Amino acid sequence: MTYWTGLVFVLVVVLDLLVLASSRLRGAIRTVAFQGAVLALLPLLLPAPAAGEHRVVHMVALAVGALVVKGFLIPGMMLWAMREAAIRREVEPIVGFVPSLVLGALGVAAAFTFSGALPLPAPELHPLLVPTSLSTVWTGLLLVVSRRKAVAQVLGFLLVENGVFVFGVLLSGFMPLMVEAGVLLDLLAATFVMGIVIFHINREFASLDTGRLTSLRD
Amino acid sequence: MLLLALLPLVLAPLALAALALAVPRARWRPRLLLVGAGLHAAAVAALWALRPGPTLSGWLALDAAGLLTLSTASAVFLASAVYVQGYLATHPERDDRVFVGSLLALLAAMTGAALAQNLGLLWVIIELTTLATAPLIYFRHDALSLEATWKYLMVCSLGIALALLGTFFLAFSSAGPGGPQTLLLPDLIAAGDRLSRPWVRAAFAFLLAGYGTKMGLAPFHAWKPDAYGEAPGVLGALLAGGVTNIAFLALVRATSVCQAAGEGPFARSALLGVGLLSMGVAAVFMVGQRDFKRLLAYSSVEHMGILALGVGLGGAAAAGAFFHMVNNGLTKGVLFLTAGNIHRAYGTKDTDRVRGAARRLPLSGPLFLLGFLAVTGSPPFAPFFSEFAILSGALGGGRWLVAAAYLALLALIFVTMGSTVLRIVQGEPRQPAEPGFGDVATTAGPPLLLLLAVLALGLWVPRGLLDLFDAAAALVRG
Repeated sequence: MTYWTGLVFVLVVVLDLLVLASSRLRGAIRTVAFQGAVLALLPLLLPAPAAGEHRVVHMVALAVGALVVKGFLIPGMMLWAMREAAIRREVEPIVGFVPSLVLGALGVAAAFTFSGALPLPAPELHPLLVPTSLSTVWTGLLLVVSRRKAVAQVLGFLLVENGVFVFGVLLSGFMPLMVEAGVLLDLLAATFVMGIVIFHINREFASLDTGRLTSLRD
Repeated sequence: MLLLALLPLVLAPLALAALALAVPRARWRPRLLLVGAGLHAAAVAALWALRPGPTLSGWLALDAAGLLTLSTASAVFLASAVYVQGYLATHPERDDRVFVGSLLALLAAMTGAALAQNLGLLWVIIELTTLATAPLIYFRHDALSLEATWKYLMVCSLGIALALLGTFFLAFSSAGPGGPQTLLLPDLIAAGDRLSRPWVRAAFAFLLAGYGTKMGLAPFHAWKPDAYGEAPGVLGALLAGGVTNIAFLALVRATSVCQAAGEGPFARSALLGVGLLSMGVAAVFMVGQRDFKRLLAYSSVEHMGILALGVGLGGAAAAGAFFHMVNNGLTKGVLFLTAGNIHRAYGTKDTDRVRGAARRLPLSGPLFLLGFLAVTGSPPFAPFFSEFAILSGALGGGRWLVAAAYLALLALIFVTMGSTVLRIVQGEPRQPAEPGFGDVATTAGPPLLLLLAVLALGLWVPRGLLDLFDAAAALVRG
C-alpha cells in the first residue's frame, strides 16, 4: 500500500510541473483535472487510524466527492467557459516556461527541506505527504502570479486547493464530513463565480488577458 | 435557544435571498432587505438579553467577541438596508436581483461566521462571504468594477486557501498521541501545551496571511483600494463594518489557540508587526490620494492595522481593540454611505473636481466631515477613546517605541486625510447640482443615525459593554 501511495505523491508533483510547462490552456485544464482525480484516490490509500465501518463510509464519501468535484465538475465548467467565451488557447506567460519550471523545482526542493524541519505528531504518516502538499501549493501560487490569462490564474487557484486537499486527507481521521463537504462545495462555488467573471471579462475586453486589468492603481 | 435564534439570524436572510433571486422583476424587492435587516437586528437584541449557551454539539456558540462582531455587522446592515432603498431608487435602470440576493446572503454568512466555534466551519463560511460580495462589487457592470471584482476574487480566494492550510496545520497540531484531534475552538484551547508547538506556529503564519488578506492588512491589502473604490458605497460600509471584522475575529480565534499552546508571544509580535506596517502603508498611500473612496479604503487598512496592533500589544490594549472594532465599523458606515452620496451628486470621485459638498449636500457633506473627525480620533467621538485605550495599553506595558510610532502615524494620517476631506467639503460647488441626487431621508438618515451612535458611545459606554470588551480581550490576553 505504501508503495502505491508513494507513487501517487510522485505523480502529483510531476503533474504540478507539467501544468507549469504546458503552453495550451485546454491541456493545462485536463492536467489539473487528472491531478484532482488522482488525489481522490488518497483517502482510500492512506491507512485510517481507527478503521471502523463509519470511517470507511467517510473515506469513500470523501474520495467520491473529490473525484466528482475536482475531476469532472470543475474542469467541465472551465472547458465550457472556454468554449462559450471563445477563448484563445495559448497560455501567455509573464514568466517564461523554463524559468517557471526552475522556480517550481526550487519550490519542491524547499518544500522537502521545510517538511523535514517540522516534527510529525503522527508518526505513521507517509513521509512524502507534507512535501507534496506544500509543493503543489507553491506551484499554484507561482502559476497565479506568472500567467496573464484569467483561466490560467484560476488553474493556479485550483492547484493551491489541491495542495491543501492533500494535507486535509491527513486529518480525515477526525475531520468532520460536514467540513470536508463544505470545503469542496465552496471550491465548486468559487470556480463557478470565477467562471462567470471570466465570461464578463471576455465580453468587456474581448480578451482574457488580465494584463488589461491595470487601470486601477496608485 | 441559540438554535432557535438561527431562524431569524441565518435562515430568514437565506430564504429572503432565495426569494429575491427567484422573482424576476419586482418593485418591492429592495423591501426584502428591510425585512431581513429588521428581523436580524431584533434577534441580535434578543441575544443580548438572553445570552444562550452553545448548540449543535459546541459548533455554534455566542461568546463576547462574536457578540460584538455580530452586533456591529447587524447595526451597519440595518443602516445599509435603509440606505439601499434610496440608492436603488436613483438607479432604476440596473437589475437589482443579484444585488439584493447577495446582500442578504452576505448577512447570513457574516452571522454564521460570528457564531462558528469550529475552525473548519468558520473557514467555509468566510469563503462564502467572499463569494457573496463579488457580485456586489460588480454592480456598476463596467470595465473598472470588473477589474476590481476579479482582483478581489483572486486575491481573497488565494488568501483564504492559505488560511485553510493554516486551519489544517492547527488541526494537525492536535493530532499527536494524547492530542484532542479536533477543530473545535474550546477543545483546542483546553488542550493547551499538548498541541505540537512548531505546527501551531506554522499554522498561525498561514492563518495570518490568509485571514490578514481578507481583513486587508498590509502587505496583503492589494484588493482593498480597488474593491472599495469601485463598489457602491453601501458595500464599502458592509465590508469595513462587517466582513473585515469577521476576518479579524477569525484571527483573534487563531491567536487564542496560540496563546493556549504557549505561542502567544510569537502570535502577538507578528500581529504587532503587520499592524504597524498597515498603518505606515496607509499613511504613505493617503498622501496625494485623489480618489476619495480609495482614501477611505486606505483608512480601512489603517484601522485594521490598529486592531491588529491592539491585540498584538495584549492586556488593556486588547480590550481597546475590541472597542475600536465596534467604533470603526460604525464610523466607516457613516463615511462610506456619505461618500456614496457625494459620488452620486457630483458624478465623480476625483477630489480635484469635488468642491463644496457641504453646500450641495447639506447633510451628507457635514456628516462626511464629522465622520472623518471621528475616525481619525477626535474627541468626543468614540474612536478617540478606543484609540486612547490602545495607546495607554502600550504605555502601560512599557512599549514606548510602539506608542511613539502609533502616535506619529495617527497624526500623519490625520493631516493627510484631513487635507483631502476639507477640500471636498469646503468651498463653493463649481457646477449646479444634478437634479435628483440631493440628500433624501433614506440616503442621509442612516449615516446620521450611525454618527449619533458613534457620538453616544463616546459620551457614555454602558458597564455591560465594557465588561464585554474585557471578556473578549481575555481570549487573547498576554
